[in-house]
Amino acid sequence: MRITATVNGQSRQADDVWPGESLLYVLRERMGLPGSKNACEQGECGSCTVYLDGVPVCSCLVAAGQAQGATVVTVEGLAAGDALHPVQEAFVAAGAVQCGFCTPGLLVAAHDLLARCPRPSDLEIREALAGNLCRCTGYEKILAAVHQAAAQLTGTPPGSAGAAEASS
Amino acid sequence: MTGPARVPGGALQQLRGPGAGGVGASPRRPDGTLKVTGQFAYASDMWLDDMIWGVTLRSPHPYARIISVDVGDALATPGVLAVLTHADVPGQNRCGLELVDQPVLAEDMVRYQGEPVALVAADHPEIARRAARKIAVGYDVLEPVTDAVAALEPGACRLHPQGNLVRHLKVRKGDPVPAAEVVVTGTYTVGMQDQAFLGPEAGLAVPDGQGGVDLYVATQWLHVDQRQICAALGLEPDQVRLTLAGVGGAFGGREDLSMHVHACLLALRTGRPVKMVYNREESFFGHVHRHPATMHYEHGATRDGRLVYVTAEIYLDGGAYTSSTPAVVGNAGTMGIGPYVVPSVRIDTYGVYTNNPPCGAMRGFGSVQTAFAYEAQMDRLAAELGLDPVDLRCRNAMSLGSEAPTGQIVDSAAPVAELLRRLQDMPLPAGLADGAATDLRELPGGVANTTHGEGVRRGVGYAVAYKNVGFSEGFDDYSTARVRLEAAGGEPMAVVHTAAAEVGQGLVTVEQQICRTELGVDHVVIRPKDTGVGSGGSTSASRQTYVTGGAVQAACVRIREQLLGRAQRQAGRTIAGLRLEDGHVVSDAEGKVASIAEVLGADALEETVEWRHRPTSPVDPETGQGFAHVQYAFAAHRAVVDVDTELGLVKVVALDCVQDVGKAMNPDAVLGQIHGGSAQGMGLAIMEEIQVRDGLIRNPSFTDYLIPTIADMPPMRVEVLEYPDPNAPYGLRGVGEAPTISSGPAVAAAIRAATGLELCRIPVRPEHIAETG
Repeated sequence: MRITATVNGQSRQADDVWPGESLLYVLRERMGLPGSKNACEQGECGSCTVYLDGVPVCSCLVAAGQAQGATVVTVEGLAAGDALHPVQEAFVAAGAVQCGFCTPGLLVAAHDLLARCPRPSDLEIREALAGNLCRCTGYEKILAAVHQAAAQLTGTPPGSAGAAEASS
Repeated sequence: MTGPARVPGGALQQLRGPGAGGVGASPRRPDGTLKVTGQFAYASDMWLDDMIWGVTLRSPHPYARIISVDVGDALATPGVLAVLTHADVPGQNRCGLELVDQPVLAEDMVRYQGEPVALVAADHPEIARRAARKIAVGYDVLEPVTDAVAALEPGACRLHPQGNLVRHLKVRKGDPVPAAEVVVTGTYTVGMQDQAFLGPEAGLAVPDGQGGVDLYVATQWLHVDQRQICAALGLEPDQVRLTLAGVGGAFGGREDLSMHVHACLLALRTGRPVKMVYNREESFFGHVHRHPATMHYEHGATRDGRLVYVTAEIYLDGGAYTSSTPAVVGNAGTMGIGPYVVPSVRIDTYGVYTNNPPCGAMRGFGSVQTAFAYEAQMDRLAAELGLDPVDLRCRNAMSLGSEAPTGQIVDSAAPVAELLRRLQDMPLPAGLADGAATDLRELPGGVANTTHGEGVRRGVGYAVAYKNVGFSEGFDDYSTARVRLEAAGGEPMAVVHTAAAEVGQGLVTVEQQICRTELGVDHVVIRPKDTGVGSGGSTSASRQTYVTGGAVQAACVRIREQLLGRAQRQAGRTIAGLRLEDGHVVSDAEGKVASIAEVLGADALEETVEWRHRPTSPVDPETGQGFAHVQYAFAAHRAVVDVDTELGLVKVVALDCVQDVGKAMNPDAVLGQIHGGSAQGMGLAIMEEIQVRDGLIRNPSFTDYLIPTIADMPPMRVEVLEYPDPNAPYGLRGVGEAPTISSGPAVAAAIRAATGLELCRIPVRPEHIAETG
């Protein structure tokens, strides 16, 4: 079958898609967008997280046909132009990237969190990112990166709102 | 050596930038931007226009005789290009890290569930998977050997011609028949842990049209792979070229071969590039795991708390094939009493063949298992003596000059007592009694809303890790670095070429830092890791910064000497006290003498160095005595837990760590290793176990094999100490494994403290705490 979708702002088409293929497979193998990762293909690790019509989903659990006519944003589409998005910038700067296999999914999930909750507390970050497994970092630097990105996006210094979250 | 036939999408990325930062700084990773934009090419991202897909058919039985294999229906499936069995392996149908004993494809026997039997290549992965299911394999199913202790008993079914014993290591020191005023004993068991790296096994094999092949693969040691692949394919090293594809974590699970030979066989048979990517379920069958252990310990001490003797019997279940079991036995046995001074030691460590999944390398490598036992014993002894557990440890702590059970003198810093005292001095988190945590997310059970604090008890536990760095027992452990210094556009630039695998830990950053420090240049390019340069040795045993770092430093020093000589020749005089700094040749007296670019002109200086750490020696087979290890790493943890004693749920509230790293080459990366290692150790203590029944894995998925999430991990306080090791480059000490060793035992100790239960089995499950199972 043929799948047409708007992916990272561009109209994209994939032909000869077998109905059993996932959105993840179509992105990675048919559209040349391997940024979304295939860590479990069971919806448990979050590494394949993309926006589907504005909602973060595990693209491994979305049948390709469900993406017909949809708007998809992947890690490759987070930055506008050459400059990194503040969430991407913060992950590199804070040392939240080691092997990096979980990173694309975490970036989309963190991007979504900060859109809903501009200055999240530690507990809010932990709850929001609990569906994204990372095996390298122990998550400490990921927390730091999300706080750093939140500070950058809201134009407030780090720690001014999010760090004292015992109340949250 | 010929170059690759064709370069798949994104494979050969040179890593540049991002600029300043020498040894001791924390510059950004050169691959960081690629990784946050989705541009970094992992092994599973490799792509060529005409590539096809390979899949593996695996044994469903842990032990069976193969009666027949019929590939007819599979081969007749439209879209299928090849179906291969052991008969299609042109070279030696065996591979293995130490002993070459594992079939590339099973012949007449399968010895574990998941053993590869046949391969299929097709133009779509689903076609290949469906065709593989059409291969008819007739099995005569046999009774599996699944108990590592029983496997050594006389009359046990022999799984290999030499029997079921992989290695028995004896360590004997001091009084053979010691006696002590106070004696505590215990039997401890550790379950099978999975590395659970997120990037599954994957690679792309590209035939070169002349009988050779290029393999792009995620691995930990390109050259040991190459050796095994060449033997299986019957090809020479110049016909089998490997390039490191992006690695999504490793933790020991990529030391053994997975799809390497399989993809090459299919590529050479079909003449097409072949990509193989395991899914998560296959990954659980496609790599070795951490050895499960059964350990009997007896500690004797004086009434005032001095250790007199330790005796131990340690059984490590190696599963069906050898892998790195001999070396794991070596670590477990030689370091099996922990970082303590004990006059009399008697340890027998056995590595055993069974029909369970093969076990081999995982972060901590034999030391993780014993640490659970020896630290539980120290707590038990402290309770028996009425001493504080930290005081007892400090009273017996190893220090500089101590003698290990192997007779080896610890000849660099061993600040065991200081690690513990510093942990004790760290603030404790506020407790439930202080009215602090009322948010569900901070309670055991979390938002499952299983308690609001009732039935919850707090416990605190301590543990210390002790681990060798580098390969031991006489192994010729070296790395090769080629460094080139040239001027480009009037600016000096260093190019580093090593085959040492970057698996996420940040070796590429450290390679750049060393060049910046030694050569005074900002711009350092990391060439793709491949077999076009000599071996870098394994990315394991916490060794790469030490050994490949040492090789890069040595190559830089040679280049620097040449450059400084050249600068003096160009100046026509001898200039004292020259060094390289900020792109210039600088002297103490004169300041900038010349720019590096001017001194180089159009020339490039290149040096290739094969660098070794000081040699170790094999241990005596009867006594375990010998200079076994090149360096030791020490870390300690304090865990604070809240336990819902009614439901058996555990919330780790704090997990603090102090570690001596000799020299923090990259302080941010050091913290990253400590955080991540601690998480894996905590996972083993409370949640991670491959559950094996009758040789069958019951939970090969991330639904049923749980690793810590960000909601499970507590905040960590970390202190990093820097006591230089005079034998090591920059005084550094390997970092990666020690935190994985002590965090789990500290968590287990804290749960025991909270519950008063003995809890001799790891991972601790809810039913062990609630005493319902």
